[in-house]
Amino acid sequence: MKLSGAEIFIECLKKEGVKHIFGYPGGVVLNIFDLLYDNKDVKLILTRHEQGAVHAADGYARVSGRPGVVLVTSGPGATNTVTGIATASMDSVPLVVFSGQVPTMLIGNDAFQEADIVGITRPCTKYNFLAKDVNDLAEIIREAFYIATTGRPGPVLIDLPKDVTSGKTDFIWPEDVKIRSYNPTYEGNKWMIKQAAHEITKAKRPIIIAGGGVIISGGHKELKELAEITQIPVAMTLMGLGGFPGTHKLSLGMLGMHGTYYANMATQNSDLIVAVGMRFDDRVTGNVDGFAPQAKIVHIDIDPTSIRKNVRVDIPIVGDVKFILREMLSILKEESKGQWTEIRKAWLSQIGQWKKARPLTYHSIDDVIKPQFVVEKIYEITKGDAIITTEVGQNQMWTAQFYKFDKPRRLVTSGGLGTMGYGFPAAIGAQIAFPDKLVIDIAGDGSIQMNIQELATAVLEKLPVKVAILNNRYLGMVRQWQELFFHERYSYSHLNMVPDFVKVAEAYGAVGLRATKAGEVEPLIEEALRIKKPVFMDFIVDWKEKVYPMVPAGAPIDQMLFEEEEKKAEKKLRAVK
Amino acid sequence: MRHTISVLVENKFGVLSRISGLFSGRGYNIESLSVGETIDPQISVMTIVTTGDDWVIEQITKQLNKLIDVIKVTDMTELDHVEREMVMVKVAPRQDDKAEVLRLAEIFRGRVVDSSQKTYTIEITGDEKKIAAFVELMKPMGIKEFVRTGKVAIAREGIKKK
Repeated sequence: MKLSGAEIFIECLKKEGVKHIFGYPGGVVLNIFDLLYDNKDVKLILTRHEQGAVHAADGYARVSGRPGVVLVTSGPGATNTVTGIATASMDSVPLVVFSGQVPTMLIGNDAFQEADIVGITRPCTKYNFLAKDVNDLAEIIREAFYIATTGRPGPVLIDLPKDVTSGKTDFIWPEDVKIRSYNPTYEGNKWMIKQAAHEITKAKRPIIIAGGGVIISGGHKELKELAEITQIPVAMTLMGLGGFPGTHKLSLGMLGMHGTYYANMATQNSDLIVAVGMRFDDRVTGNVDGFAPQAKIVHIDIDPTSIRKNVRVDIPIVGDVKFILREMLSILKEESKGQWTEIRKAWLSQIGQWKKARPLTYHSIDDVIKPQFVVEKIYEITKGDAIITTEVGQNQMWTAQFYKFDKPRRLVTSGGLGTMGYGFPAAIGAQIAFPDKLVIDIAGDGSIQMNIQELATAVLEKLPVKVAILNNRYLGMVRQWQELFFHERYSYSHLNMVPDFVKVAEAYGAVGLRATKAGEVEPLIEEALRIKKPVFMDFIVDWKEKVYPMVPAGAPIDQMLFEEEEKKAEKKLRAVK
Repeated sequence: MRHTISVLVENKFGVLSRISGLFSGRGYNIESLSVGETIDPQISVMTIVTTGDDWVIEQITKQLNKLIDVIKVTDMTELDHVEREMVMVKVAPRQDDKAEVLRLAEIFRGRVVDSSQKTYTIEITGDEKKIAAFVELMKPMGIKEFVRTGKVAIAREGIKKK
């Protein structure tokens, strides 16, 4: 029996085990939407903007580990997905995005709602396809899922001309995929792994830096075992949070621009860095030339281009984190006779001193709500076990600092691209993947307005996502930079008008709550969590609050600014006056 | 340093723009680029001449390898290899210089592929030095037009001594 391209699309999704897709209809994808109308196997979540659909699919993918699927129409529908695709690409998230396209006969004619989306998304996808013939469709979809989910995962786009979805052919599902020019390496070079293990046995002041690759590969157990056996402290990148338990005594928390003092000091003073599934982003390294001057670097990553891109590497190991850590463990376990605790004593006590000297902190003033306090309370009340998404900016950094993630796939945040408006739709996607889990978006008043229309999606789909808005009436991170580096010239960072988020929530049929005093924070969160509906929690926070510590852009990461120093300077100033 | 990189790719539409987009997007130089089918019509070979220090060249080869459609990347500069390029020069010499143009073409083993009352078009093939030398000599003769193919390169096979 012959199937249409649209029917093949549905059959392929079923074969891939896809139950939910995110999207928005339009002219050239109506053949597919017509089938989705009464399909029992594949349910479409209708967002209010295509960007929201991609972020939702992305959130779904990050918490579940399964590929997120998107279906949009041609032209503006397709171009609206670009930010979402670039976000997923930077953070290695497996997505398969289907965009409608004008009929093949019209391609290149500047037809109505035509855009060269394959050309536009070429640099921000892992791969993309234009399906020109319905006979190739099943194979293309199979390959797209394969490419998106293997090796270093990433987004793949398939452009579907209208006549391809209506054309008919025999449906043959290709069981095996083999792409001769695409063969990711999983098992690391044994000799290199041996060398790395040898370096670990020799090192006096080693640290592990764990990145998102630990979580993607599912190697968090192996990482924990490695750290515990060899007593090596673990710093994490933003994407790596949860890859190692944040409450573990060997955890240094996040390193980098807004990392902890002790993570940055440990990095700078280490003699060996074991970098696991991370890519030495500039937010992690600060000034590259001044980065970890005494350290030998072992770099484990599945993407060879990540290695020696930003920093020198002494022992490169290309492959899957989980495979490689297992191999490394088997070597180190043999050498392990409980001697590590003794060997690490001096180094761990030095780190203990750093931890004691400058813990993460903030200063409460009377009844003013400090944004960090809100994050801390959310952490306490949820016992650290909620799925937390964030927007981008101060809200994101405070979450990274004050919510201790003990498990992987609990923090969902746009790390690489830094996309404002990401967190709320991502929370929606995460809630679709885990309907029974608590999902909270920690947002700013700027970011939440970038995809606030998705409230409709959350309400209609009965998704009880919670949004904690740290409302400071500013683009806080921009304001912070302007205060510190631009002589307090707050150029366009003051939002002047912020809508009444409680009323906005109510207008959409959700619930809105507001706290203006510190004492109201805890009861408000508890109330919000009892409500089985989407809730906006509007926290009117101290607008002057800044994210500390901070490494100014371009400085080495041990040259940090601290709140205490700022307070002292202020005091002095007041005394002079 | 200048490197000649040979890239085997799937012969599909869009591959050229993936490669050129990689270079422009990441700020790498392309001095020349030539593309053609191999004996297997499903595979094309691209010869890219680029410059950069060792870090940059390492990134370029890795980034090329990362592209899904790239089958094999060879940095020819690391191997014993032969490089050739073809140029066509249209010159309009004065009456007195016509004989000199033809003589130079012969010395450089060029061929006259077109001639008119006022012009000769000369085809010449060679490595970079030879072509540069020929162009220098033609300049005073009055070059009207000049086209070049970009380099192609192939590795040498070692000869076994008996």
